[in-house]
Formats: sequence, C-alpha cells, structure tokens
Amino acid sequence: MGDMTTVMGDSGFATTNFDALLGWARKYSLFQYPFVTACCGMEHMATAGSRYDIERFGAGAPRFSPRQSDLLWVVGTITQKQAPALRRIYEQMTDPKYVIAFGTCASCGGFYDNYTTVPGIDKIIPVDVFIPGCPPRPEAVLDGLILLMEKIQNGDREPAVLPLQQLPPLVALRNKQGSAKESA
Amino acid sequence: MSKKVLARLQERFAEKILSVDSFRGDDEATVAPADWLACARFLHDDPECAMDHFIDITIADYPEREPEIPRFDVLLFVRSLGKNQRVRLKTRVGEGEEVDTLTSVWLGADWTEREAWDMFGVRFRGHPDLRRILLYDEFVGHPLRKDYPIQKTQPLVPYRDVGPSKLAPFGPDEGNPFGRIDWLARMSGRNLQVSPAIAVQQGQRPALSVDNEDLSTPQSQPQPAQTERKSS
Repeated sequence: MGDMTTVMGDSGFATTNFDALLGWARKYSLFQYPFVTACCGMEHMATAGSRYDIERFGAGAPRFSPRQSDLLWVVGTITQKQAPALRRIYEQMTDPKYVIAFGTCASCGGFYDNYTTVPGIDKIIPVDVFIPGCPPRPEAVLDGLILLMEKIQNGDREPAVLPLQQLPPLVALRNKQGSAKESA
Repeated sequence: MSKKVLARLQERFAEKILSVDSFRGDDEATVAPADWLACARFLHDDPECAMDHFIDITIADYPEREPEIPRFDVLLFVRSLGKNQRVRLKTRVGEGEEVDTLTSVWLGADWTEREAWDMFGVRFRGHPDLRRILLYDEFVGHPLRKDYPIQKTQPLVPYRDVGPSKLAPFGPDEGNPFGRIDWLARMSGRNLQVSPAIAVQQGQRPALSVDNEDLSTPQSQPQPAQTERKSS
C-alpha cells in the first residue's frame, strides 16, 4: 500500500487509513464483465490468455452477469441500437463500478463516423480509463488495467487516457549467421 | 458472359426492355417498375436463364438527376449456378413510388428488400413483413439517401454532457482522431484530420456550430494535433 502505510517499529503492526485499505482490496479483486461486440475482442482474449495472463492482476475471472461484476470492459463498436442495452447493463452493476473503454471504437466511435455509431461510450455511461488503439495490443491493455488499479487505489474517478505506446523496434531473429536477409 | 440472357429477355419482352448494357462482363437490363416482377419471374422460371441463385436487391440514389429520371435505381443481382451466368436487372422509381416484391420468386428477397426499405425508403408492394431490419424503429428517415445529413445521429439514449476536456490525445498519425471528423471543414480543404471538439480545445478554431459557419474562406493550415509519446 506504499506511502499510506506506517510500520509501527518492531511491534508487528502497521497503520493505514481506511480508504487506502479499501482501495487496495478493491483493486486486486476486479470481477470483469466483458461487453465484447467487435474485433477488439480478439485482443481481449489474447490478454486473458496464458501469454499475457490478466489473472496476474486479479482481474481474470469473468462474470457473465453484470450484477456480480464491478469492472465493465466495453470492447468494440457500440451502435446507437445497442446503446440502451449497454446503459442497462451499466445500471445493473453494483457499486463500486468501473468502466474501461477498450479500443478506438469504444473510446470515440473510430472511423465509424456516421448515423449508426455512438461516438464514444462516455456519451452513454461514465468511463474511467480509455485505451486507444485499433486494436490496442495486450501490453497496452495491461497498462490500462494498471492505470485503473492506481486510480482505484487513489479513489480517483476522473476519466483517464492511456498514453500512446512506443513499441520496441523489430529485431530480426537470425542475422548473425547470414541465414536471414539483412532487411528488417 | 451472359449476353444470351439479355437476348432471351429481349426476345420475350421486346420493347418492355428499355435498355441493355454490357460492361466488362456485367450485363444489365433496364425495365419499367410495372414489368419488374414479370421479368424477374421469367429469369427464374425460364430454362434458358434458370436464375436459381438470388444474390441481392439493392438501391442506388441519384437525387441530382430528378426530375428527368426518377432518383432511385432498384437493382436485382441474380445468378444461375447450373448455367454459370449472371445478370443484373434494373428499374427506376421515384420518391414515394412502389415496386413489386420478389419474395414470391426468391424467398431470400425478403430480408434484402427490408434492408433496401430501411436504408432508402423504397416500398416493396406485397412484401409480407416490410419492417426495418438493421436500424431501430424510432429512427426517422432513411440514412443512405444522399439527402440524409451526413453527421446526423438519432441517439436512443440521451447523451451525457461531457465536454471536450475528456477527449483523449489521439493524433493524426494514429489514423483515428479521437472524435468526429469535421466533414464540412474537410470538404472546404482545411483542417484535415482534427475533430471539431479537439480543434476548439486547441484553439485552432472558434467554438462555433458548424451550421452557421462561413466555409467559403479557407483559414491558415492548422498544426497537427500534438500527441504525447511515452519515452522509451
């Protein structure tokens, strides 16, 4: 719990304040409700898979009822026709509830700039973290989750945006032996 | 490839075939709306045509050619699997006019005609269940018509009041500006990528509504939106 904790000498006790303790407990037990509508779902599955393993952060267990979940992943394009369903699912969740807008479409409508698409789910429901990308890589998704966990710890409900990621340059797998071409 | 189908149609219907056209293997016959169902049924039933594969019914909108020619082209795409031939049948209807349904010929025409009605508002006479298929019942108008406003949305859920400060710093290099593209500004040749909200936020343009803005005088080219990059 970091700075919020004071260890009382050798007594074996530590003090903290109640909100910090509550935030610490909440951020490691996020029960997610995946509202997956489009291609971003593949990256969401990759994030849940063994290589990236969202379970490491205590947010692995999906609840397929909004009443049992406290983190709503909105993954993919939300149409105007779908907006009432999304709104109702959000209202059915129990407090405290958090929302992540996964990908460009959920964040702003993306290139679906027309009569049919909601231009960002924050027009419908409050959003805690926006994760840009079309789709975002699993690393970016995990960064977004960690950003949300920090916000939960601090009790911060202001919407936040994951900064753009600089991916490491591509490296050729075989170039020492001359068996692969020089071009990267 | 299917010119013999066109010849067969002309042989059977003579002057009712208003025109035929062949372009790069696409063969097309134009008929009057009154002959639409008869021609389609002939294409299906005639053993020389044998159009057993219904592909699509769709519509193209040309409002600028009114009133000389009715604005909508109703297009039927059919194919014969056995004879390997394909043809397009076209008719022209205006606003408020009807065309016969083809559900009695191909059952598959049911949903495509519903889609055509949904998007363009052309009614199909005798259709068993002509409802909207993609859009919601509360939607007013037909969005693929050329005179439907390009930025008009009809939300079912009233939008929350969120200001532009909540917008993310998506840049032009992302290919997906965070927010709506300013189509009016884009058509006038300036401010190519930045959405109106971000442009106002960054002081590139005053907070005016696009309706009463004078677009005749292009302004100086704005700077692209700066995006923060995480240093590696």
